[in-house]
Amino acid sequence: MGLALLVVIWLITLVSTYFFVAKTWWLPVGASAAAGFIDGQFTLTLVLMGIVFLAAQLSLGYFAWRYREQPSSPPVSYSHGNVKLEVVWTVLTTVLFIGLNLMGSSVWAAQRFDAAGPGAVQVEVTGMQFAWYFRYPGPDGRYGGTSVKLMDPSAGGEAAVGLNTSDPAAKDDVVTGTMYLPVDREVDLSLRSVDVIHSFFVPSLRFKQDAVPGLNIHMHFKPTAIGEYEIACAELCGLGHYKMHGMVHVVSQEDFDKWLAAREAEKQ
Amino acid sequence: MATAATVHAHAPQGFIRKYIFSLDHKVIGIQYFFLAITAVFVGMFLSLLMRIHLVWPAANLPLVGEIKPETYLTLLTMHGTIMVFFVLTTAPQGGFGNYFLPIQIGAPDMAFPVLNMLSFWTTFVAFVCIIAAFFVSGGAPLHGWTGYPPLSALQSAGPGEGLGADLWITSIAIFCLASLMGALNFLTTTLDMRAKGMTMMRMPLTVWSWFITAILGLLAFGVLLSAGILLLMDRNLGTSFYVPLVVVNGQIMQHKGGSPLLWQHLFWFFGHPEVYIAILPGMGVTSQILSTFSRKPIFGYKAMVYAMLGIGFLGFMVWGHHMFMSGMSPYSAFAFSLLTMCIGVPSAIKTFNWLGTMYKARIRFQTPMLYAIGFVSLFVSGGLSGPFLAQPVLDIQLHDTYFVVGHFHLIMGVAAIFGMFAATYYWVPKMFGRMMNETWGRVHFFLTLLGTYAIFMPMHYLGIAGGTRRYSQYTEVAYLTKLMPLHQFMTYAAIITIGAQFIFVINLFWTMFKGPKASDNPWEATTLEWTTATPPPHDNFGGVTPVVYHGPYEYGVPGAAKDYVMQTDPVSVPAAH
Repeated sequence: MGLALLVVIWLITLVSTYFFVAKTWWLPVGASAAAGFIDGQFTLTLVLMGIVFLAAQLSLGYFAWRYREQPSSPPVSYSHGNVKLEVVWTVLTTVLFIGLNLMGSSVWAAQRFDAAGPGAVQVEVTGMQFAWYFRYPGPDGRYGGTSVKLMDPSAGGEAAVGLNTSDPAAKDDVVTGTMYLPVDREVDLSLRSVDVIHSFFVPSLRFKQDAVPGLNIHMHFKPTAIGEYEIACAELCGLGHYKMHGMVHVVSQEDFDKWLAAREAEKQ
Repeated sequence: MATAATVHAHAPQGFIRKYIFSLDHKVIGIQYFFLAITAVFVGMFLSLLMRIHLVWPAANLPLVGEIKPETYLTLLTMHGTIMVFFVLTTAPQGGFGNYFLPIQIGAPDMAFPVLNMLSFWTTFVAFVCIIAAFFVSGGAPLHGWTGYPPLSALQSAGPGEGLGADLWITSIAIFCLASLMGALNFLTTTLDMRAKGMTMMRMPLTVWSWFITAILGLLAFGVLLSAGILLLMDRNLGTSFYVPLVVVNGQIMQHKGGSPLLWQHLFWFFGHPEVYIAILPGMGVTSQILSTFSRKPIFGYKAMVYAMLGIGFLGFMVWGHHMFMSGMSPYSAFAFSLLTMCIGVPSAIKTFNWLGTMYKARIRFQTPMLYAIGFVSLFVSGGLSGPFLAQPVLDIQLHDTYFVVGHFHLIMGVAAIFGMFAATYYWVPKMFGRMMNETWGRVHFFLTLLGTYAIFMPMHYLGIAGGTRRYSQYTEVAYLTKLMPLHQFMTYAAIITIGAQFIFVINLFWTMFKGPKASDNPWEATTLEWTTATPPPHDNFGGVTPVVYHGPYEYGVPGAAKDYVMQTDPVSVPAAH
């Protein structure tokens, strides 16, 4: 029985570890400035936890086999423990866990403590059951007012987010169902929801943030590679949660300007 | 205590007083145990339907028919709620705790037998209430076991958010009341009714785990109860605790100024300690069994007690780690993250001490020991994904993905259930006077261990690849569709593992009626439940009050006549250090 346990526990441990090392299923290729830091911290955590995982599981299996009761087994070592060992173990784990935490925290602080710098592209993201809308403030750099009384989700576009078209600042606002961003420029995101909680998750950009009704949450990030990236809603929002899907097109600054100008032209 | 003594002068004779509205903690413990077994089969059946739907969305199932996307969300909501409350909270504490806490401290019953009966029947009403949600118009709610408003607060936010959601929250509120009654009883009993010589530091680690769990329950369930009442008021009385001005389906709702994050704070203030409510009794029973079957004292008894106290204390200060992506201040994420990492330290101490207990031991491999070793393995595997999720910066990628689902299923789901299986195989001989079948116990163990790893380990890979949770189908998002082979593998593993559980049920019922008779102390264990008759008499010790001379785990004592010294044996043993 000891041998069976050793074989099964080691098998589970080694097979599980294999897929983490082989990266058969892995983080999508990162396409934002934060991806390098986040992936690095992830790998560091994985290596450290992996060592503890292997050490604990392999010794568990080994002990089960090595110390199985046999007629020839020596008497057990009668011991209630060892204070020195407990202290060493406690200090080591504390240093490991807190050290890891502090390293990750510096990245978090850079991401979330400061506001976006000047010159960032402004985009407002609005979540509703079960679609994402994106609003660009236009040449005036100001968002027009919105009102719940004007919201008509079935109409889509400007009406869905309740844009007050009589507001002068709203005249040049562009509302779309697909997100376009220029590459290598910081994005100043403003996140809203009109009904329930949604979560704006773009795995390739290493970005996630809940959109909460009643709050206007500001976030920033910088896409660094041209491409198309999928948005998946990450907070249960109702029966259509699974199809609350969208696309981010990261394009060159030139293409972005052209795209935005075309939307402005359509609007006039 | 006078009350307990009067109640227990004579055992009641009528069927109803003896088996239905019994005041005997042993009968109540068995009632909780069977309630939990009923609940776990309901919960498991729901998860089977979920796994089938994910892989074969168009399947037309017998009895159930075709599962629609909203039905899938209903299944996950009810699976989570039933498993967390009526299995993970009910069996380890209400079931085994009720039965064995009084016996292990040498008491004739719980401090408040009537309250004990009341808390069971209140739990039963809560269970009926949640099952009723399936059968009302609109069906059960779809807002997940965490029930985040505004989704859970607005009737028009989705199907099932009508009467079904009211029954859901009412059931949870009733359950909270029952748990508060239970917690008071456990605390009073442990503090007041210990036998002579049973000092706190001589209590079995199982008793410590039930005691600390009761403290957590007392502090956590009150908060959830209040939160639930506020949610009911938002839903039915037009208040706006959790709901700001929102527009659902083009309709302006009659709410203003509420905060959706308030619910999350209150819910997780309960929800995180709840994780420890589920797992602490498993830690207790694992310690007890590892020591007994290793024939060695537990390694670092005091460190184990302090570690459990540390886990309980820190468990109340980490709730914000569920909310890193919620819009909560990023500064507070900093503090919650650091405290969460700290909770890994006592957890690591426990693992180290379990390995230390097995080191240079003479291990016997009966089924309870297999499950205790399985618990350690799962606790390590589930625990080590914690330090990933505790870091807000990694949560950016991992929050609300299958990585989280794999993490909490391994640790608070399957590890806790392995604790219950260990407890069942270990104590059924005492409870029903018959031994469970060893061969089928071993088959059940290996199938379940391999099966649960096969279900839950791939969830980590899914999560790393960005696999979002709570999706009824993975057809709408291209990168998620590519992950379907993993889902297929997990579904096959789930079908086999769920099938294997019937081995357990058949073994249990066969044992209760046909199993070979158990002796008073079949495992050669040292704690008080093994000093009395099998099954124990109505007052637990047949009119004798036990006197305790030692700590709970005196195995392999040099110079002793046998390789174990009972807690009630007056011979001297070397002082523990």
